[in-house]
Amino acid sequence: MFEFLSLPFMQRALIAGILVGILASYYGVFVVQRGLGFLGSGLAHAAFGGVALGILLDQEPLLVAVPFTILVAIGITYVKNNTNLAGDTTIGIFFSVSMALGIIFIFMKRQYTSDAFNYLFGSILAVSLTDVIAPAVLVLISVLLSPFWKRWAYSSFDRELAQADRVPVQFDDYILSVLIAVTIVVSIKVVGIVLIAAFLVIPPATSRLVNKSFSRMTAYSIVLGVSTAIIGLWISYYLDVPSGATIILLQALLFFVVMIIKKLYY
Amino acid sequence: MNAVEVKNLSLSYGDIKVLENLNFAIPENAFVSIVGPNGAGKTTLMKILLGLIKVEYGEVKIFGKHSDEIDPQLIGYVPQIKTMDRNFPALSIELVASGLLRKWPWSVKGNDRENSIKALEMVKAEHLAFRPITELSGGELQRVCLARSIVRNPKLVVLDEPATGIDAIGEADLYNLLEKYQQNSKATVLMITHDWHVANHHSDFVLLLNRKQVSFGPPEEALSEQNLRTAFGHIGHEHKVKMN
Repeated sequence: MFEFLSLPFMQRALIAGILVGILASYYGVFVVQRGLGFLGSGLAHAAFGGVALGILLDQEPLLVAVPFTILVAIGITYVKNNTNLAGDTTIGIFFSVSMALGIIFIFMKRQYTSDAFNYLFGSILAVSLTDVIAPAVLVLISVLLSPFWKRWAYSSFDRELAQADRVPVQFDDYILSVLIAVTIVVSIKVVGIVLIAAFLVIPPATSRLVNKSFSRMTAYSIVLGVSTAIIGLWISYYLDVPSGATIILLQALLFFVVMIIKKLYY
Repeated sequence: MNAVEVKNLSLSYGDIKVLENLNFAIPENAFVSIVGPNGAGKTTLMKILLGLIKVEYGEVKIFGKHSDEIDPQLIGYVPQIKTMDRNFPALSIELVASGLLRKWPWSVKGNDRENSIKALEMVKAEHLAFRPITELSGGELQRVCLARSIVRNPKLVVLDEPATGIDAIGEADLYNLLEKYQQNSKATVLMITHDWHVANHHSDFVLLLNRKQVSFGPPEEALSEQNLRTAFGHIGHEHKVKMN
């Protein structure tokens, strides 16, 4: 049953899966509670632009995608905070520009780019040591930044109350959107660009169904994110199906089961 | 020292003058209402006092300091409950403790828990401490928000349309609690309302506003028929304000 753990690529995939589970479900609680589900999608597509640029330049795609996606995240936050445009409109603009750039970059490569598909749909076979180290570093940074949870939670509840108490909400918006952007980039090998936005939303949403306080919602979301990543990877190995899609389907199944149980019994 | 001092305050959004040449001073330990119709600039003025909007022209001082320099611990703010995210996963005690800590609590323990419960007791809402805010009625949430604002023992309590979204009994309860708190704590209470009857009944001073300062003074002077006509364009339907 556990022989897959003896395979080095599965060991890497599993560690990466656990780390991505922690990151996506932790930052996801802010995404869900602030109604920023579309931001996850937008930044994932921005990451595609960065990955494509990396492929075009023959560089490690993730190393190019990180600064590219961070720039897009800062751009979205700046336009959202400094114009009267709605958040989804702003994200929609950056989303399409990044995607269009990605398509042009892939086209300019003018040769078969199977790599791009690994990034789009995720591939546990393609998880390298870099794909394990990058989320590990981000988990470490997130632990160091854990005191920010209290500020982010406060402004997620009510921006004006937080501002009245001198919480630098605009600065915090930038920090949070950059961290979400990096989370997305370091997660795409395991989950894939197409599905990473769901990873940011489904575990926190499931946790929200059963929790009445934000701290519990955060803790349960992380537990759900990590456990579904482990079980999803295990299922995908035995069924020989894409890992990202398996994890997301498992999370969605859990979400609907919890929702139905809650509806029937509570 | 005055609790609030406003001199020659003006603010514009582009070509639109939102506030024009306001001048008033609120003494400590007073109950003051800011009254005006929708769009009169009441909420803008409140945001300036809270340091959320920068002063363009003129001067605003809270307890002798510019509003953006003042220790936020001195001000307890009760926002309109209709603007709050009532779907946020939070227990009442966490909301109250956020007023104490000025950040969201991971858990509420020790002194923070004790002080939060005490604040809830002051507004007769201790039974709501461990109820999720999603399950509170408008009046109950307003009490919890009031507890949140007074838990830090503020010298100035600012309330934005506190009666919005609560029924008549809840409204009467709320004003009684506010008056009682103000008398016991010697804090200054500043309340925004469009209801001049409420302002007339509860306030020591009234600021009547319609972008310009129409009047400032004791309610019987500030809410004269002529001033109300200037601010609102009318003095209500089939009834006039009864002065004390």
